[in-house]
Amino acid sequence: MILTRRKQAEQAMDIALQSQIGEEERFGDLMRRMARENKTAVISFFIIILMILAAAAAPLLTPYGENEMDLMHRLSAPSAEHLLGTDEGGRDVLTRLLYGARVSLLIGVVPALLSLILGAVLGVIAGYRGGIADAVIMRLADVTLAFPSMLLAMVIMYALGGGILNVFLTLTLVNWANVSRVVRAQTLQLKNSEFAEAARITGVSGGKIMRRHILPNCLPTLLVLFTLNIPASILTESSLSFLGLGIQPPNASWGLMINTGRQYLYNAPWLCFAPGAAIMLTVLGFNFLGNGLLDVLDPRQKKQ
Amino acid sequence: MSEYLVEARGITKEFSAGRRKTIHAVSGVDLAIREGETMGLVGESGCGKSTLGRLLIRALPPTGGEVLYRGRNITAMKEAEFAPLRKEMQLVFQDPYASLDPRMTVRDLAAEPIETWYPGEKREEVTRRVKELLHAAGMPEEFLYRYPHQFSGGQRQRIGIARAIAANPSFIVLDEPVSALDVSVQNQILNLLKELKTSRKLTYLFISHDLNVVRYLADRVCVMFLGKICETGPTEDVYRHPRHPYTRFLLDAVPAPDPSRRGTAVRMLKGEPPSPADPPSGCRFRTRCPYATDLCAKEEPAPRETGGTVTACHHPLREE
Amino acid sequence: MDTKTLEIRNLTVSIPTDRGVIKPVNDVSLEVPAGSIVGIVGESGCGKSMTARAVMGLIRYPGKVTGGSVFLDGREITAMPERERRKLRGAEMSMIFQEPMTSLNPVIRAGKQVAEAVRLHTDCSREEAKARTIAMFREVEIPEAEARYSCYPHELSGGLRQRVMIAMAMICKPKLLIADEPTTALDVTVEAQILALLERLRDAGTSVLIISHNLGVIARICDYVYVMYTGRIVEQAETSVIFEKPEHPYTRGLFRAVTSLREGRDPLETIPGQVPKLRHLPEGCSFSLRCGECTEQCGTILPELAETEPGHRVRCHRTGKGGAA
Repeated sequence: MILTRRKQAEQAMDIALQSQIGEEERFGDLMRRMARENKTAVISFFIIILMILAAAAAPLLTPYGENEMDLMHRLSAPSAEHLLGTDEGGRDVLTRLLYGARVSLLIGVVPALLSLILGAVLGVIAGYRGGIADAVIMRLADVTLAFPSMLLAMVIMYALGGGILNVFLTLTLVNWANVSRVVRAQTLQLKNSEFAEAARITGVSGGKIMRRHILPNCLPTLLVLFTLNIPASILTESSLSFLGLGIQPPNASWGLMINTGRQYLYNAPWLCFAPGAAIMLTVLGFNFLGNGLLDVLDPRQKKQ
Repeated sequence: MSEYLVEARGITKEFSAGRRKTIHAVSGVDLAIREGETMGLVGESGCGKSTLGRLLIRALPPTGGEVLYRGRNITAMKEAEFAPLRKEMQLVFQDPYASLDPRMTVRDLAAEPIETWYPGEKREEVTRRVKELLHAAGMPEEFLYRYPHQFSGGQRQRIGIARAIAANPSFIVLDEPVSALDVSVQNQILNLLKELKTSRKLTYLFISHDLNVVRYLADRVCVMFLGKICETGPTEDVYRHPRHPYTRFLLDAVPAPDPSRRGTAVRMLKGEPPSPADPPSGCRFRTRCPYATDLCAKEEPAPRETGGTVTACHHPLREE
Repeated sequence: MDTKTLEIRNLTVSIPTDRGVIKPVNDVSLEVPAGSIVGIVGESGCGKSMTARAVMGLIRYPGKVTGGSVFLDGREITAMPERERRKLRGAEMSMIFQEPMTSLNPVIRAGKQVAEAVRLHTDCSREEAKARTIAMFREVEIPEAEARYSCYPHELSGGLRQRVMIAMAMICKPKLLIADEPTTALDVTVEAQILALLERLRDAGTSVLIISHNLGVIARICDYVYVMYTGRIVEQAETSVIFEKPEHPYTRGLFRAVTSLREGRDPLETIPGQVPKLRHLPEGCSFSLRCGECTEQCGTILPELAETEPGHRVRCHRTGKGGAA
């Protein structure tokens, strides 16, 4: 039996198709795929969710108050009553960890996000438009980067005063310049890519090109910068608070706890280890989550 | 109304390459393309053909000269005035991979021109149009939500072509559209291009270094060397009776899939290709031309017409 | 002379993927007799480059040579340890690639790179290496050889860079030169010169294995041709024979496509569909789904390479000699 040419062509198409049919991937599918492919990312995701919930539900989880002092039992080691021991004021470390989580998680994530957005937008405009916009934005970035970040943060906080919103603002202003430099460099490259040229020839406006073609292709870099900025923010904030410029003691934040706990490192190491471990868990969590997102969002990694 | 769809008059493009070094990519070129024809543009690498193609659709600003579209000077126009004309002229790229945004699906890539030029349309309507385009380009609609890297070179080129015709242009510049493809796929794409030209009433500028491919599609052909046009004329005339020595050498050099021609000495060019940063005086081809004389070094040959073909040479070849 | 510079017997290269093992080179046998130019022709993905790399020992993890053997001048080289293999490369067998810019180090002067190759394989002083390099440059017709010795790769044109590559490959007078698409990235006028150069090298005693998808190049300089498709050899014959009477439907399809272009037929001849991915090879003959003369047998049984006339082998059931039937 000789297969007709037409039939063969159809069969060939079928075989090709079976390997290539696609449908629109929605957000849920994306998440499900990540769950399948990257278990670490999923675990990290849940750990972070857990931390957020614990921080939010702090009053319910602990019988102690945030600043409840008990000078009779100061610097006591972890025990049944105080699972993570007490600090120099007799306050329960676990309680302070939970309340501090509220502050530190916010401090870590919000400025990192804000500086990412600000830096990316400015970086893309500087790189794509060039000319005056580029000059102005880059000079601003240079000035920002010329100062040691700690010093800059101190100056801004001093000018603005304390309080958490000002801390957000300060950390954003300190961190945006790095992001914009990197995004600008990527933009310069992507601007000259063939697909950007193709979009220009099609008639797509500059703004749309920046939004639809350039920024999405900067996504891997942006995700990495995001995860790197989080610990930077937490640690900067800790120093600020220590100097009395950020979160005022006796309120808790992880960074502050580490800074005050340093003096007691020999006799009461849990004062540093507990918040230190918490910071590490947060940073790693966001890191792994970021990597997982990166893989999932990269079209080239999509398995059929 | 001009008789030509696209016309270049004395168009020049120079790139600066570091201190005091200028690349003369295109120098004072005149070219005219009639509506409905396919004009072939051949030449080797560095001759400026890709640059010329882009100059014609204002994808690059010229250093000198002007380009007319339907009689209107588009070089002199400000961006706002020219913007609506962009729809009329499109480009198909050589590298079917690099010209497609790797993060966009086939649907979005083909939809972009539609969304740009017909902005009011609803999403479903746009998707329907995209399916029509893919169909016209010979791609099954099942491929709608896949990404460029999942396709072969030929399929990617079809996506590129679908994009180019999406907004219903009149003029398409095809920059080496099949050079990166295997011979059978190449033929499929060439068949497609020919069919689209008729069904959509398109005008093509077909740029290629492959003389066989150009001969197949082009009504007229234009040969370029180092930023200048050597010869322009009806395809068959130029191929059968080339007048410019460079054209002759190009035609001779193409290896024919015919073993009986083995061992026949191929006429070779002298010396090495000159650089576009430092073109020879007078006729730019003279350092490689075995027929060059003193006149060729002193004076640049002006284009002269003989029987339908325009040649720029002091000593054009006579018919053999 | 009856000696074979290169002999490949039943070579197979396998690459494990998360969806099974694929074989970009599948049971390939070929030979390059001394003093000849042999060509492998096929479209992208057919396995011709992989075959060349397997010969040179350049297959990287996770790919592996999983079957067959390669003999260079009678010596079995597949089982050789890497140390020994390295001594052969550049000295007894060498390879030039399609894109000379990526094979030349952009920060080292061209001449120096070639001289280094000499000193790697022979015991000679720096001055002597330089002298030999310049002499080699002259042999491959690089004009102003002395001046060009001190040029960086980016200062040279594509044709010159390819000549430098050839000089580097030839300077130790290897017995075998493998050229993988040597002129694909070059202009047509330069291509003609490079091909003529390869012929001269052959005349001077080096056997050449050239890989190309361009039938014109193959017709121009090859004595014998192998046609590959999805990792297998589907036809082989002397050049004039294969161009005059191709037997395999794929070979015929290719030739028809090229000829229809040259003759300007409308529409152009094509082979329907596209080359299947190695993961999705049909059962039986891998060309069966695109073949205009396919029978039921073709879809189930893989045809063997069988001789239809002396020196001419075809892998097809149609010829009546291909199968178990």
